[in-house]
Amino acid sequence: MVGLNWYMWLSLTVFCIGMVGFLTRRNIIIVFMSIELMLNAVNINLVAISHFMQDLRGQVLTFFIIAVAAAEAAIGLAILIAIFRTKGVAHVDEATEMKG
Amino acid sequence: MSKIYLLIPLLPLVGFFINILFGRWYIKDKAHWVSVPLVGVSLVIALATIAKVISGKVINEDLYSWIISGTFKVSVGFLVDQLTAVMLLVVTGVSFLVHVYSIGYMHGDKGYYRFFAFLNLFTFSMLMLIMSNNFLQLYFGWEAVGLCSYFLIGFWYEKKSASDAGKKAFIVNRFGDLGFGLGVILIFLTFGTIHYAPVFKAVAGIVGQTIPIMGYSVDLVTLIALLLFCGAVGKSAQLPLHVWLPDAMEGPTPVSALIHAATMVTAGVFMVARCNAIFTLSPVAMNVVAIVGAVTALFAATIGLVQNDIKRIIAYSTCSQLGYMFLACGVGAYSSGIFHLFTHGFFKALLFLGAGSVMHAMSGELDIWKMGGLKKHMKVTYWTFMLASLSIAGIPGFAGFFSKDEILWQTYLRGDLGKVLYVMATLTALLTAFYSFRIVFVTFHGKFRGTHEQEHHLHESAPAMTIPLVILAIGAVVTGWIGVPKIIGEAMGLEHSTWFFDFLAPVVGHPQTEGTHAEEMMVIMISIIAGVTGILLSLFLYSRQGERADKLLENPVLQRIHKVLWNKYYVDELYSFIIVRPTLWIAKHIVEGFSDIGIIESIVNGVPMSIGRLSEKMRTVQSGLVSNYAIVMAVAMFLIIALMNLR
Repeated sequence: MVGLNWYMWLSLTVFCIGMVGFLTRRNIIIVFMSIELMLNAVNINLVAISHFMQDLRGQVLTFFIIAVAAAEAAIGLAILIAIFRTKGVAHVDEATEMKG
Repeated sequence: MSKIYLLIPLLPLVGFFINILFGRWYIKDKAHWVSVPLVGVSLVIALATIAKVISGKVINEDLYSWIISGTFKVSVGFLVDQLTAVMLLVVTGVSFLVHVYSIGYMHGDKGYYRFFAFLNLFTFSMLMLIMSNNFLQLYFGWEAVGLCSYFLIGFWYEKKSASDAGKKAFIVNRFGDLGFGLGVILIFLTFGTIHYAPVFKAVAGIVGQTIPIMGYSVDLVTLIALLLFCGAVGKSAQLPLHVWLPDAMEGPTPVSALIHAATMVTAGVFMVARCNAIFTLSPVAMNVVAIVGAVTALFAATIGLVQNDIKRIIAYSTCSQLGYMFLACGVGAYSSGIFHLFTHGFFKALLFLGAGSVMHAMSGELDIWKMGGLKKHMKVTYWTFMLASLSIAGIPGFAGFFSKDEILWQTYLRGDLGKVLYVMATLTALLTAFYSFRIVFVTFHGKFRGTHEQEHHLHESAPAMTIPLVILAIGAVVTGWIGVPKIIGEAMGLEHSTWFFDFLAPVVGHPQTEGTHAEEMMVIMISIIAGVTGILLSLFLYSRQGERADKLLENPVLQRIHKVLWNKYYVDELYSFIIVRPTLWIAKHIVEGFSDIGIIESIVNGVPMSIGRLSEKMRTVQSGLVSNYAIVMAVAMFLIIALMNLR
């Protein structure tokens, strides 16, 4: 029997991988993928707890998160293309125009 | 129609608003078409009102409540009694003539509309001052005329000396007005009201009451009277606050004639006469008023002897004549003081306007030694100036003779102090005749001493200027005949010879006269002798281009006296030393150096500077690197969760 704990550990692991990727990688595409990983870690959690509590609301929320993540990815990719066009590279540390 | 008298002050106010709002762009050099008719109508209504007062109808009514605060109630109210009627005639009459004169005198000035606007505003303020029925409205008018005086002295504000003179007049008047304001407050504290009628009724009840001030108990009536007199000293340029009046001559000459001769400076005398109920009850205050008046009369006259600036001589003469009026009030002969105010309004305005006419012909020249022989070029100016000088010198038959003689006689009757003051006043009469005719002889007689161009330019002034001169000259000759001393009136078989004094009696009462006819005759003769001696002395010294006067000055003692007089007893220097310079020192070293720069500026500049420095540090936090922000977010989130679980 795979208990809730296993799911939680999986979710935590995926989230940490996503977070470490987000913080350390320079390539914007990798950064995006890391964000997706973190979002999916949350989804795993939601689905697992939803199943465990016999409550479908958690799974409904998951669909919302997937939809929002898709929209976010679309906007993010558009920004990515804009940055690539102006700078010729797609590295997060190149885009520092907003610094104080 | 019973309130039609309200139009007397309001019409000039309307003129002021029209000229000040539309003058600059629309009316420009047609400003006199607004101002002069309005003041003219005001004069006509004033005459009608005066006629009513003469027939015995005194107006005293409150129009509406101005301020109601607890027990403090003030209405805007108007009082037109016999005293106000006299002032009304002087103010509206002289004001109208000066307005007409200004059409010629100020022609072509770029501030033409502004000049008429301020003249209108002044007329309004002065009328409010004299027509008020309470102290607060009097104070309003009092300050407003001071403000107009400041505007008009500094009318040519591009000239430093003019704007300085305006400031000087305003600041010196502050000293007097402080006392006046305190007096009004004390009146309210004592009587609970500041309306004339109840105050004057109640004042007899507080005789002998004292109030403690810094350990001394001071007589209440005396204190009130002296505080009010402070204001009069400032406004009427008496010692020791006389210094502003000669400098005020920087203003245009019509202003000198209207404000600094005929009306505003006489407000002090008017106020003392108005408050006669208070002053009469305090012998100390009365003596102070009389002494200040007599000393100023003599003091200013001696300075006037040696000055060379035609307007300044007349200004010192104004100081001196105002001294006479206070002397009269101080000896209890208020009606004589007001009579002198009345006649003085005519002949002094005439002297100033005559001087203005001379300046106009001489392209602004003021030094009488650069004039000379103007008689044949300016017939009207010469003869009117002559009549005014005869009047001020006290030659029998002219207005100045009757009013001055009345003051001398009343002074003579007031005991030992009166005798001393009488001698001073008579001496002043001699000096007055002397310096007045010094102007006449040096300016109008002899040879012309100016430049060739000036001589070529000499001309009689335009009718707008000469007609007011002629009208004032008539006034300077005949106005005296409404107040002929009884003894002369009886000798000439005149009925109602003392009409003026009887007219004013309901307001200021009759002075008590106990002198004999012989004494009165003697006073009159001495005053005539003094006047004639002054004129002859002047003729002797100044007839031949002032040769004899120059020779006289070779005497070292006279030279020293001349120097002191020429420097006006060094009063300006004294004030500069004890007041102006310490004030400037405090301003520079303590106010500016310590509190301004040290405290206020360090706060004002220090706060933004430290915020700036802090921001300089803070801005590095915003690196623009997304990963940095993400780390901060992650760490913060971790800490928040950790804290929540620790609880």
